[in-house]
Amino acid sequence: MSAPDARAVPSDEVTLPRQRSVLPGAPAPAARPVAQPRPAVPSHPVTARRVLASEWVKFRSLRSTAWTLLSAVLLMIGIGWLAGWGSNDSWADLSPQEQATFSPVDITLAGFYLAQLAVSVLGVLLVTGEYATGMVRATFAAVPRRLPVLWAKAVLFAGVSFLSMLAAAAVSFAGGQQLLDEHGIGIHDAGVVRGIVGVAGYLAAVAVLAVALGFVLRSTAGGVATMCGLLLVAPTLGLLLPKSWQHLLPYLPSNAGAAVFSAHPSADSLGAVAGSVTLGLWLLAALLAAAWTLSRRDV
Amino acid sequence: MILAEHLTKTYGTKTAVDDLSFTVRPGQVTGFLGPNGAGKSTTMRMILGLDAPTSGVVTVAGRPYREHPEPLKVVGALLEARAIHTSRSAYNHLLALATTHGISAARVHQVIDQVGLTEVAGKRAGGFSLGMGQRLGIATALLADPDTLLLDEPVNGLDPEGIRWIRGLLRGFAAEGRTVLVSSHLMSEMALTAEHVLVLGRGRLLADLPMSELLAQAASDVVLVRTPHADELARALVGIGATVSRTEVDALEVTGPTAGRIGDLACDLRLSVHGLVAKHVSLEEAFMDMTRADVEFHARAGPVPGSDGSTAPASAGNAA
Repeated sequence: MSAPDARAVPSDEVTLPRQRSVLPGAPAPAARPVAQPRPAVPSHPVTARRVLASEWVKFRSLRSTAWTLLSAVLLMIGIGWLAGWGSNDSWADLSPQEQATFSPVDITLAGFYLAQLAVSVLGVLLVTGEYATGMVRATFAAVPRRLPVLWAKAVLFAGVSFLSMLAAAAVSFAGGQQLLDEHGIGIHDAGVVRGIVGVAGYLAAVAVLAVALGFVLRSTAGGVATMCGLLLVAPTLGLLLPKSWQHLLPYLPSNAGAAVFSAHPSADSLGAVAGSVTLGLWLLAALLAAAWTLSRRDV
Repeated sequence: MILAEHLTKTYGTKTAVDDLSFTVRPGQVTGFLGPNGAGKSTTMRMILGLDAPTSGVVTVAGRPYREHPEPLKVVGALLEARAIHTSRSAYNHLLALATTHGISAARVHQVIDQVGLTEVAGKRAGGFSLGMGQRLGIATALLADPDTLLLDEPVNGLDPEGIRWIRGLLRGFAAEGRTVLVSSHLMSEMALTAEHVLVLGRGRLLADLPMSELLAQAASDVVLVRTPHADELARALVGIGATVSRTEVDALEVTGPTAGRIGDLACDLRLSVHGLVAKHVSLEEAFMDMTRADVEFHARAGPVPGSDGSTAPASAGNAA
């Protein structure tokens, strides 16, 4: 080590034991002289795949993530089974018309209504949690191009939501049909696969919307409130609007989603294809807004 | 090597960094010195691309930070505020960042050992003390074994042992020919760590000079002279190479000659002296003077006549 002695520094400080490379309190054996040529630390360029892997590490290393995801799964299954059991129990009370339009698929997938809330909360938190704690500065110091983080979070959470909700929907359907007893149907009946895969796809879309909103708003409260407003409040409140405006309601994300997975959607609903396209446009708009704000604003 | 050219950052009407140009060279520890709010942290965030400059550019190793394929290999940074998710463990925090660069888990364990967090690596970072949080931040900076270290107030919250460790680490880094930029609002701390210093006040560069020069400036004590013949004595003192400023009609502030030398000179010239006081200038005082001059300069409408504090350091900057 070439000691930089030439500096005008109080001499008692210059001679301090700078050979110690380990902070005091660390186990002693790791101490190695600082100035010895260090073995190179192998590293590689930042790629989309590595950022995705990094986001997976972050995702799995927060306990709150696991709990929120689990609650989405339990809501999906629990409500589906409850609805199946309840429908079977009160079947005799249904009017003949209600019995005719009864959809065994829709009823056992009803849990999506609350599951989408849990997914929204988690999606927003995956982003705003980083802003609130300051982690985001470390994240963007490692990935200063920023946008790969947006894509990685969106893809990761969409994938996780799709797979977990697909499994939850399948379990909900299977158990729900058992509880519906003679009113239940099988997996090969019309609209069943579309319903199960569709509801998982819708919840994956909700996941992406929530992540994108997190980047736009950067606030947990704001993000969650906006997701609730968009998914739960708007479709209901929209019914109070003048008739001439109500033709817009099917284009809300929740209604467009229902058009995709519901066996008996409401009368003014879009078709499955139009619903998918509408949902896709919502995602595109949200992601573009997120990308735009993310690349323009200071962290 | 960090190169900043005419960096300016404004937030609304407030100018945080004002036309800042400097070079941070490898092979030495460069101190970034200034009072709180001087723009040190903002400048560091701009170096990392976290904040975009309103105008001007800053490059690290020849390009903007964001254009490096392996950014963590180029700059390891510890930023002032904690940049850690409080619910995640120290190990997973580092692993997540390491994964973006394909850095192994073995290296993560290595830096955790190096900063002495082995025993708490699995605990959530939110429960860490200030000092432990600081160590984790330093581990983050060291992760990819970067060519440049950028540390914002690294000694905050560290115990004396930890502070000495940091100094050793920074010097070791510099001795290997790497670039080190470390900020502090404590002049005394800088004097022990840095070989070169950039002094910032109100977002402007006040001085860019070797630490030894700053110390020499500070060490040269000021002599206060009270005399009814201020004009004549001042002329004579300038004649022997002293720096003289007139503070009152009958008072001079003299830098250079000792009080004795001034007294002798006055005696030779048969000029009466009513007061002769040597004043010791501490490091902190020198630093305060430097930054205060800048504040005054801003507070008044136009340039202040004879406000040496704001012009002299600029010429020092050109020389450095």
